[in-house]
This record gives sequence, C-alpha cells and structure tokens, in this order.
Amino acid sequence: MYIIKRFFTMLVTIWVITTLTFIIMHSIPGDPFASDADVLPEEVLENMRAKYNLDEPLPVQYLLYLKNLVMLDLGPSIQSETRDVNTLIADGFPASALLGIQSLVIALIFGLILGIVAALNHNGIIDYLSMAFAIIGISIPSFILAPLLIKYFAVDWGLFPVASWGTWLHTVLPSLALATAPLAIVARFMRSSMLEVMNQNYIKTADAKGLSTTGIVIKHGVRNALIPVISFIGPLAAFLLTGTFVIEKIFAIPGIGKYFVDSIFNRDFPVILGTTIFFSTILIITLFLVDISYRIVDPRIKLTSKGD
Amino acid sequence: MIERSNDNVLFRPIDRSRFNQEELVRPSLSQWKETVLKIVKNKLAVLGLILLVVITFFAIFGPHMVSYSYSDQSLTTRNLPPSSDHWFGTDALGRDMWARTWYGARISLTIGVAAAVIDLILGLLVGGISGYMAGRGKIGDRVDSILMRIVEILYGIPYLLVVILLLVVMEPGLWTIILALSITGWVGMARIVRGQILQLKEQEYVSAAQKLGTPHRKIIWRHLFPNMIGIIIVNLTFTIPQAIFAESFLSFIGLGVQAPIASWGTMANDALGVILTGQWWRLFFPGFLISLTMFAFNVFGDGLQDALDPQAKD
Amino acid sequence: MSRLLEVEDLQVSFKTYGGEVKAVRGVDFYLNQGEVLAVVGESGCGKSVTAQSIMGLLPKKVSRIKGGSVTFEGEEILGLPKKQMQAIKGSKIGLISQDPMTSLNPTMMVGKQIAEVIKKHTDIAKNQIKVRVIELLAMVGLPNPEQRYSQYPHELSGGMRQRVLIAMAISCDPQLIIADEPTTALDVTIQAQILDLLKDLQKSLDTSIMIITHDLGVVAEVAQRVAVMYAGVIVESGTVEEIFENPDHPYTWGLLNSIPKYGSGEKDRLIPIQGSPPDLFAPPTGCPFAARCEYAMEICVQEMPDKKRTSETHHARCWLNDPRAPLVKDLISAGRAE
Repeated sequence: MYIIKRFFTMLVTIWVITTLTFIIMHSIPGDPFASDADVLPEEVLENMRAKYNLDEPLPVQYLLYLKNLVMLDLGPSIQSETRDVNTLIADGFPASALLGIQSLVIALIFGLILGIVAALNHNGIIDYLSMAFAIIGISIPSFILAPLLIKYFAVDWGLFPVASWGTWLHTVLPSLALATAPLAIVARFMRSSMLEVMNQNYIKTADAKGLSTTGIVIKHGVRNALIPVISFIGPLAAFLLTGTFVIEKIFAIPGIGKYFVDSIFNRDFPVILGTTIFFSTILIITLFLVDISYRIVDPRIKLTSKGD
Repeated sequence: MIERSNDNVLFRPIDRSRFNQEELVRPSLSQWKETVLKIVKNKLAVLGLILLVVITFFAIFGPHMVSYSYSDQSLTTRNLPPSSDHWFGTDALGRDMWARTWYGARISLTIGVAAAVIDLILGLLVGGISGYMAGRGKIGDRVDSILMRIVEILYGIPYLLVVILLLVVMEPGLWTIILALSITGWVGMARIVRGQILQLKEQEYVSAAQKLGTPHRKIIWRHLFPNMIGIIIVNLTFTIPQAIFAESFLSFIGLGVQAPIASWGTMANDALGVILTGQWWRLFFPGFLISLTMFAFNVFGDGLQDALDPQAKD
Repeated sequence: MSRLLEVEDLQVSFKTYGGEVKAVRGVDFYLNQGEVLAVVGESGCGKSVTAQSIMGLLPKKVSRIKGGSVTFEGEEILGLPKKQMQAIKGSKIGLISQDPMTSLNPTMMVGKQIAEVIKKHTDIAKNQIKVRVIELLAMVGLPNPEQRYSQYPHELSGGMRQRVLIAMAISCDPQLIIADEPTTALDVTIQAQILDLLKDLQKSLDTSIMIITHDLGVVAEVAQRVAVMYAGVIVESGTVEEIFENPDHPYTWGLLNSIPKYGSGEKDRLIPIQGSPPDLFAPPTGCPFAARCEYAMEICVQEMPDKKRTSETHHARCWLNDPRAPLVKDLISAGRAE
C-alpha cells in the first residue's frame, strides 16, 4: 500500500535527519560549557555535563536522545535553566504557525487568482502586469522587502506597528513580506499550468459542448491546472519556513525561527538539534500530506502504485 | 493526346520540369540557431543577459575603480551619503559602499557559480549513473534504486536547515558556504538528469544505437548528452540565483561570510537600522543589486527555457 | 430534402511565427437533412479547420475568419454572438473529435462529462440526467454502462473513449454531427465498429453527419456525398458513386489510385501522388494541384479554375473539364478499361 510505504519513508527520513544532526552537533570540538570553564569550579561543570548526558560515551548519548525523542522529549536547553526545548517550541510555535499559515494562504489564494487571470488574458495587458509583478516579487528577497514595508507602512504612514507581536495588526506586515515571493512563484506556476491546460483537446471538447466560458475555465481548466500546483505546496512550505527565520528576526517576533537563529549564536546544541528535528518533521509531514492529496485529486494516480 | 482546340497556348500541357526547381524548401534552422534567434527576439531575456554581463563586469573591475578598499575603515567618513568621492556613500564604519557593493557582487557570483557547477557535476554523475544503470539487469536496477533512495531521503530534508547546521559546525568562510550549499543542492540536478536519461533511453534512436552495439561512451556523448544540454543549461540559470539567494540569506542571519568580507546579505543586515535613521543608501545599493541580479537570471533563464522548449513555437 | 448546412466561400487564416497561413481559401459545400457528407483530403488541407470554423471552435487569438458564410437551418451562424453559439453547440451540432485519448477531461468521471451537456441544453430533471446518460452509454454499445458512468477516461480504452465522445455528441439529439477523423486514432478493427455505430445512429436518430477523413475507405463505408479538399479549397464534390466511378479531378484520380482495391491483381500497383501540397503561406495563384498534376497546362498555373458542373450533384474545379482542354479523362478511362 502506497500510504504505508510512504509513511515509513517519512519515518526513515526523520531518523536520518536526527542522526545527521546529532553527528554534526557532536563533531564540534570542545563542549558548550567551554566558556564557563574559567569561572565555574570543576565539580559544577561535571554536574552540568552529567545533567546533559555529556559524560556518557557518544553512542549512549545518541541512544538516550533517540529514546527521549520517541517519547517526544527534546531534552533541556543549555542557555535556559527553566525552559526545556519542548517548552521553547511550545512557546514559539503559535506565532510561527500563524505567520506561516497566514502567508501560505495569502500566497496560494492571490497567487492562484493572479495566475489564472494572467493565463486567461494571455499576452494581454493584465498578463504582462501580473507577470511583471511576479518576476519582481521573485527577485526581491524578503529581507530587503521587509525593511521597505516597515519604512513605508509602519514608520512613514503609521498604518501598522513597526515590529513585535501581539494583535492581528502585528501579523500583517510580516505575513506580506513572507508571502510575496511564494505568491509570485505560485502565480507564475499557475499561469503556465493554466496555459497548458487551456490548450488541451478536452477544453475544445468542453467548448464544443456549448458550455459557458466560465464553466469551461472553472470545471475543466482550473481543476486540471491545479494538480501540478498542489505538488508545489511542499517546496513552498519549506520556503516559507526558512523565510520565517529572517522575518521573525526583522520583526522581532518570538517564534521558533527566532529561537533557532538565537540558539545558533548561543551554541545551544540541544535547542539547535530539537528545533531542526521539529522543523524537518513539520516539513516532511507537509510533503507527505501534499503527496497524498495530490494522489487523491488526480484519479490517474492510484494510491496503491508508486507511479513515479 | 487529342486536342480539340490547339489555338490556345494556355491549354497546352506544361513543361513539368519547372516545378522541380520550385520545389518547396522552407529553410530549416538548426536547433541552436533557432534557439539563439528566439532568445534574441525575447527582449526581456536579452535585457537579462546584458544586466548579467554588466554586473559581472563591475564585480571584476568595480572595486578597482576607487582608491578605497572594501575593508578600509575611517572614523571621519562614517555614514556619508553618495557623493563624487564615495559614489555609493559610506557605511557605519566609514567603509566605501561602492567598493563593498561590488566586492559583494564578486562574492555572490563566485558562490552562485561555484555551487551551481558543483551541483551540476555531482548531479550529472549520480543522476547519469542512476539513469544509465536503470533497467540494466539486476545489478543495474540495484544501483539505481540505492542511489535513488539516497536522493529521495536527501530531497525530503529541508536543505537550508542542513546548510545552517553545517555552517554552525564548520569554519565560516567562502568555501564553507559553497560546500554547504552543494552538499544538498546536487539532488535536484540528479533527479532531472536521471529523468531525462530514462526518457531518452525510451527513444527509438537510442535503443537502435544500443542494439547495433554502439559503445556506451559513444551513446552517452552522441545521443544522451546533446539532448540533455538544453535542460541542464536552463537548470543552471535557476540554480545560480538560488545559490546567490541562499548565500545572502545566510549572510543576513549571520552565518555567511564573516567580517570584514562584504556580501550583499551582510550589508543588508548591517543596514537594517537605517529604516529608522534614514541612511537609505546603505540598504538600497546591496538590496537593489541583489534584486537586479535575481531578476536578470530569472528573465534570462525563462527566455532560455522558452527558446529550448519545442512546444512553445508560438 | 431540405438544406441543413450551407457553407459558402469560407476563408480562414492563421497568424503564425512565419506569417499568415491561408488554411481555408474559399470553401463551398452543403449538407442536406439526413445526409452523410464526407470531406476528404490529406492532412493540412484545411478540412479540420473548416469543421472548427463551423462550430466556432477556432482559437480566437491566432485565427481569423476572413470571409464567407455558414448557414445552419437557414440561419447565418458565422460570427454569431457567443451566447447564441453556445446554445447551438452541443445541442443542435455535436462534435466527435479527432483524438479520443486527449479529448476527455482526465479528472472528471466520463458520465459527468456527458451529463454536463444534457444539463446545459435540456430541462431534464436532475435525477433523470444520470438515467439518460446511462441510456446513452448503452446506446453507443458500452458494456456495463452503470459502472462506466463513474469511471475516469484513463480507465477506458481508446475505442471506448470514442464511444463516450459519440454518446456526448448525440446526447441532445443534434441535427448535425461533425465527426472529425473519428477513427484515425483507433485500431483497424475498432475503426470498423465505430463506423458501424455511426451509421446505425445516423439512421436511428435521423441526423445528418459531416465526417472528415483522409481515408477513402471510410468514405465508401458511410457517406452519400463526398467533398474532396485540397490546399484549402474543395476541388471536387459529388455523390459517392460519382466520385468513385466518374471522378473529374486529377487529385481525386490520384487519391483513388493510391488506395488498394480488394481482389486486384499484382499488376495493379498503388500509385502514389508525387510531391507535396503547396505552401499555404503563399498559395499559388493558379490551381494548387498544378505542381503535382500530370496533366497540368499553362492555364493551370495562371488561373484558378471555376466550379464546373457535370451533373446536378457533381462539381469539379479543374481546367481539364474546360471544352478547350485535351480530353485526358477519356484517355485514362480507356486505359483503365484495357
């Protein structure tokens, strides 16, 4: 059965990522307490190493980590005495998820509409304008766009808060900054998919049936053009996710992306390890869901076969 | 032949040999000529190419056009707006923005091209072996399936996370970034190459060549490679900007090239505060140039893709 | 018999990369109620374009109808407003298209695709539509029509898909069915079945069919009248008997010589027509077939011949039928008789 097979590939991928991340993290010479070694007495350091299992041989540490992972425990943080990695993720996730989902929805809805309108207006002025917008949207990195949005919409015109997190108004600018590039990509993708579909013979058949233009476009055009776009949602989610690192940093949003970037500079290995695994898992599950829904939407692909 | 009325010359049988000279010969262009012609006709693609040439030119010669180096600090010339002395102004440490911007272009282009070339080589190797071995007996299929399993798993890993992890561990620097970007970047190319080879192997002329006992090397160079080069080049025009983008992204979050080396990403990061202080030039020049480079690669790549696509005949 | 469809001096051009292609250059023909007309010609002669212009299916961006008229049931339908044309398409004129493999929407159940037409053009109650569709599927000879209803195109063979398309075309009892190369993409055995089906349906529904084909075998099988098309013009038209037994145009002779005849001996070899059709970017001023015609005369390259009528139903556009021309035809039929 395809779903089961695909599910196991997913688990293997998560395991590979965990192992790779673990090896990478522990291949760094020295330990996270190196900077504290001068100020703290040796026994205290020993105690702390014991707390993080750092006194065990590496294979044991690895197995202990895997064991905890299976129980969904990502371990303690080094920087923060009180909050372990699970708490950090639980704290940061709502903001990141809201930002990510809101951006994904904006990118999909407006991207699809723009792509469809452009395709139906092929080589017309709307087409050119949409594609000009799309290509500019793809070209400007979010970390350039975000400061510009802040400068005009927040600082100069005062429409939105400059940074930080709280009300829904706080989410508008970061979501826009994050969504622009994916929106542009979706629009281009949908446009070319739509153009291809509208040239198919079955569209001519629908026309010969006397269906209205709107009926043809929606029932026969958009539906088929969407299929390749669905498979694109996976990479899109990955794109959005890494985008949150930058956006959360610029807008000072307390999300996981910000914790992740901070943990890199603090060399807080359990947090790096934990967030990496968390991010990867979310992405891999997204890819999995996209893959499954793709196969449900397209009757030509059976869920039972591999059909790659 | 019986003629009823021979007074009219118009009704005499015609000399048919004259048709043979008029035999319809529509000049058929070679694929390369046609491709070039189509790109030249696509104004946006030409613009992209010109921009790339100009940016490359300044990346090479720009830093030498001024007497300042990209790393010279000066307390007396901090945050100066563009002037005849400092064409792009100076930054918070009094460094010349012109020198830094074009030095950054150098870094970005080097990383982009180097990462893309490594991706290409690895992708061709893995994808090529995989595609060529597929369907070649038990061992062949085994090789293909092992390679593809690896590719599949790597493809499922969010590549920027891996890159970030590697950068955390390794000594920061230009080659570290290139290496980190290529470690996962080749996977996409490998998939494309394998797919192309599998498709080409289905073609009759390839199976004919195989049945005739044409040596493998010759099949690869004569039949497979020339037919893949188009899609490979198109893919390059998209992986180069991706790598440039990734570099500036990493530099922006502080994992890219380290000071005093300039990169568009680090410059943009340094300039974040200007939103409030109004030194627009510090964000504008690196930001504009990185966007322009992305734009140029994208439109050129699009034009190339359209030109190479036999279905897009307009 | 009343005129159902009359096409007069239809001209269609395409804008392409290399310039304007004059695909249809003044086509005339008619179709009577209850009649089967075959339009024959090699690929690229403009026969499909003619069919698509009748139904208003040409891509608007690249094609242009330069002139002429199409009268259907006594009403001009060329250039009819979109809404009015949509009311005719699928209900009064049904299309059976060339390629059953790609002419059905791959993501919609075939039954739904037929139901769509009925829903659009008739008042049949919603719950009755499915019944009607299943009835139609049975009518076109699909086994297990109830199951077929909810299958997707990829689950059906080419022949079955063509049957679905036929069911779609007849679903609203059209006066006219345009069948554009309905058998070209199918296996020979399936071809015969589909042709039989078309013949049967034509009789039982008392509809008219315009069948477009390059296959003279198909013509002989189903048609009553034939129009032979070459390089965007109808070069000869007549009843099947007239065209097969007494053809007046060298192109028709060529076509007839290039098909095998049952029971012919070894010495009756197939004679291909030499050369290829003219470039429609710059069509010749004279007869388009002149360059390939064994009997071409000086006048043939200078002037396009008019329609010459040899009987009530038989027309040909060839200078050889001019009284001033040599009597080539007698000579040939004499040669054949030997």
